[in-house]
Amino acid sequence: MSVESVVQAVYLVAAVLFVLSLAGLSKQETARRGVLLGMTGMGLALVATVALALDRSERPVGVTAGLILLVLLVGAAVGTWRARTVEMTQMPELIALLHSFVGAAAVLVGFGSYLTDPGSAGSDGTAGADGAGATVHLVEVFLGVLIGAVTFTGSVVAFGKLSARLRSSPLLLPGRNWLNLAALLACGGLLWWFLTAGESGLVPLLLMTVVALALGWHLVAAIGGGDMPVVVSMLNSYSGWAAAAAGFMLGNDLLIITGALVGSSGAILSYLMCRAMNRSFVSVILGGFGAEPGVVAQGAPAEQGTYRETTALEVADRLTAARSVIVVPGYGMAVAKAQYPVADLVARLTARGTTVRFGIHPVAGRLPGHMNVLLAEAKVPYDQVLGMDEINDDFATTDVVLVIGANDTVNPAAQDDPASPIAGMPVLEVWQAREVVVFKRSMATGYAGVQNPLFFRENTAMLFGDAKDQVELIVQAL
Amino acid sequence: MRIGIPDDGGPLVPATPATAGRLVGLGYDVVVAAGAGAGAGFPDAAYAAAGAAVVPGGEAWAADVVAVTRAPEHLTAPGPAALRPGAVLIAQIAPAARPDLVRELAARGVTALALDAVPRISRAQSLDVLSALSNVAGYRAVVEAAAEFGGMFSGQVTAAGTTPPANVFVIGAGVAGLAAIGAAGSLGAQVRAFDVRPEVAEQIESMGATVVRADDAAQQVSADGYAQALTADQEAAALRAYAVETARADIVVTTALVRGTAPTTITAEMVARMRPGGVVVDLAAPGGGNCELTVPGERVVSDNGVVVLGYTDLPDRMPRHTSELLGTAVANLVQLGTPERDGRLALDPDDVVVRGMTVAAGGEVLWPPPPVAVSAPAAPVPSAEEPGEPAGTPARAAGGARAAGGARPAPSFARWVLVALGAVLAALAVAASPPDQAAHFTVLALAVVVGFYVISHVSHALHTPLMSQTNAISGIILVGGMLQIGSADPVVTTLAVLASAVASINIFGGFLVTHRMLGMFHHSPGEGDRR
Repeated sequence: MSVESVVQAVYLVAAVLFVLSLAGLSKQETARRGVLLGMTGMGLALVATVALALDRSERPVGVTAGLILLVLLVGAAVGTWRARTVEMTQMPELIALLHSFVGAAAVLVGFGSYLTDPGSAGSDGTAGADGAGATVHLVEVFLGVLIGAVTFTGSVVAFGKLSARLRSSPLLLPGRNWLNLAALLACGGLLWWFLTAGESGLVPLLLMTVVALALGWHLVAAIGGGDMPVVVSMLNSYSGWAAAAAGFMLGNDLLIITGALVGSSGAILSYLMCRAMNRSFVSVILGGFGAEPGVVAQGAPAEQGTYRETTALEVADRLTAARSVIVVPGYGMAVAKAQYPVADLVARLTARGTTVRFGIHPVAGRLPGHMNVLLAEAKVPYDQVLGMDEINDDFATTDVVLVIGANDTVNPAAQDDPASPIAGMPVLEVWQAREVVVFKRSMATGYAGVQNPLFFRENTAMLFGDAKDQVELIVQAL
Repeated sequence: MRIGIPDDGGPLVPATPATAGRLVGLGYDVVVAAGAGAGAGFPDAAYAAAGAAVVPGGEAWAADVVAVTRAPEHLTAPGPAALRPGAVLIAQIAPAARPDLVRELAARGVTALALDAVPRISRAQSLDVLSALSNVAGYRAVVEAAAEFGGMFSGQVTAAGTTPPANVFVIGAGVAGLAAIGAAGSLGAQVRAFDVRPEVAEQIESMGATVVRADDAAQQVSADGYAQALTADQEAAALRAYAVETARADIVVTTALVRGTAPTTITAEMVARMRPGGVVVDLAAPGGGNCELTVPGERVVSDNGVVVLGYTDLPDRMPRHTSELLGTAVANLVQLGTPERDGRLALDPDDVVVRGMTVAAGGEVLWPPPPVAVSAPAAPVPSAEEPGEPAGTPARAAGGARAAGGARPAPSFARWVLVALGAVLAALAVAASPPDQAAHFTVLALAVVVGFYVISHVSHALHTPLMSQTNAISGIILVGGMLQIGSADPVVTTLAVLASAVASINIFGGFLVTHRMLGMFHHSPGEGDRR
């Protein structure tokens, strides 16, 4: 029983704990246990790895131990600080940033692995003198760095767009799909060079890294802000595959298992998000959606017309008289940070005996499940927050629907107008309610650049202004 | 410009003090004939207080824009004779039924806007008086019935005995029918309702009535939200249902209009089988009546003592609110034509709404208008001529399009080819790898499958925590970094330290933020044992 074999056993336990951790997250009741299991697994894996690293250390053990301690201290300090101070409205940015860290780590580990075990000729290590094994190892290094680099810059751009440091509208270079294809072909060529270059393979590896970084940047830059739920899920998936690739190059099963779990998790989330927008994954990734609002709007019948404006006092009256109310929040609620007054309003109405529920569209916000987290932060009980499929049939029997900062997700054109760019997208059928109040800053179109006929329906009233201020006024009036 | 509100003799007035104030706010001089609002309960002083000028009798007819509730019979009458060439007349005109009047208006050079010819598109809804009047008529029908009926609508339990609730049967669940259902239900009656369009069943139920089903009479789901004429079989089945329902009903409200004409729903024989003291209110009386005994405009008592009401002026019997609705429609129309708010009516003749309403202008008859292209294919287009038509509102008819939206194409052949190609390539890659690598592929494949099944069950609400959790565990790449820290090569060590540092931020940050998020989720107090 060597250190190595004990470590492998601990890795196995950690891998199982990770699976159980994700399984625990499937339900509210077991979610907290899931996180604790994940932490335990991670703790075990780290202890084992530290032992293995010290055992394998090629320099004095004290130095290695000191470096590891330093690294963990830095990580703990920065990570804890970010986790404690981040606002829930900023979750999408934080998650995108964390993805970029995984990408960066994968790139660095890839280079480290290559430098430790550079050429195919006569190196020691696991691959050994076996020519096929060495080639496979090089391919793994190459792929690991490629995926890591794309993840890194892609996530950095996503972070920039989500935190409004970059413009969220899609960047449209001429022939952008050809650029991406050219980048991939260039990487293929560089792989060939890398495999045949022997000792001097660092040059093609570095060149490929630069190309991959540019590719990741361009891929995400071409995708607009409203498609970010898909992008963030996709980057989540990439970061998993990057970890799995690192596992292959290091021959480490724990990394492979974990990477595969994360990779498939992100892939499923992307798929769910795409389905909720009735768009193919490819069309989201190729980007450019919602870029030409003028053109899109003309394609649809430009049904302008008159809308009815209302006031906070009137809405308060309606709410007082209503027996059932559904609140449909969107990204606008997050922007206005209106979740606290909204929760306050809902709590007051519930205390009066009104049935109040929330209806959440899968792609509301900029992150899968973002609205749920915001409402949870504001102490809305989660059994009051329902998904689209759970609540869509109830709108017809609802007195008042409050649409707060949502637009495309409540657009009847998705069902009525086959020519609309969002035709076929599943939407919350708020217009079936007796009365709809739309909180909005102005009559501007939503992300898809499509006019929303909901605003001109006779059972719809518009309440303009900052959502937070308006909701607070309603609460006072109650 | 000057807007005149003459007194047209009826109880209704097309401007209330409030809407007159709106017109003044748009920059117009508003003149109201003395006593014009008296029938609807609006005194002259209230108009004066709102900024309008109260003028004697016929003077209001001489204004630039004249609004009346109904167009006069002839322009030669004392009041309308003062209508100037070039003036704009806003009124309910019924152009299809009164071609002579339309010609007369054109000959006078008047621009005539028919409030009852508004195109049925959603942005014109605020001008549409027909739905509003149907609603009033449906409500008033129940009020009239209640006045004629010798009993209470709601059941009573008193020391002196109990009375059963009244049974009300409503035929046709359009705007008027639904309003009647709502009014009768609020008074406490037991309401049953029938409509040949199967898709309105849930609207009937949402108003609190019981749906009468006659499967043989049910039509296909209508494409435009309007009832079609019945086939002979369907008509027979519907009549059987009517016979059964009317026999047990105390009150029958019938609102069936198919494209402006009234089919017979209540035969004389059915009335004969009703209990004495029963009431039939025929909202289709303007179109000739659904009941064989109906005399439009009159109250008739059958031989067995059933009262048949064929009033055609039901909205006029609620003058206050009807005037408010009319006044709002007129003010909305004027506002549409006054984009600059400068008191100048500048109607855009190319606007489909304006074009649809304009029946005469510049000396020419412009009725009927060209057909309107509608945005939503499922929205109802045909124009309704009279209040009482069972018209589904566009919002409700839109549900019909729902079924079409969800279809999704089956995976194409090309996709299967790609999947097969990928599988073959993966198999080749594994086969070309050394044995220890092949074991890694096995692990990868198994982990992907496990991940797929585990993640598929995560509830949508937890997707954000899931993401930050997977983020944290993908920080496991720290393992790779830490193992390289011990390398003898300082470059490798530096890279490894950097990699480990960023990866450990991920681990700590990810787990803690997930924990923090989940700490916020809580369920309603007192419902902890529910699941």
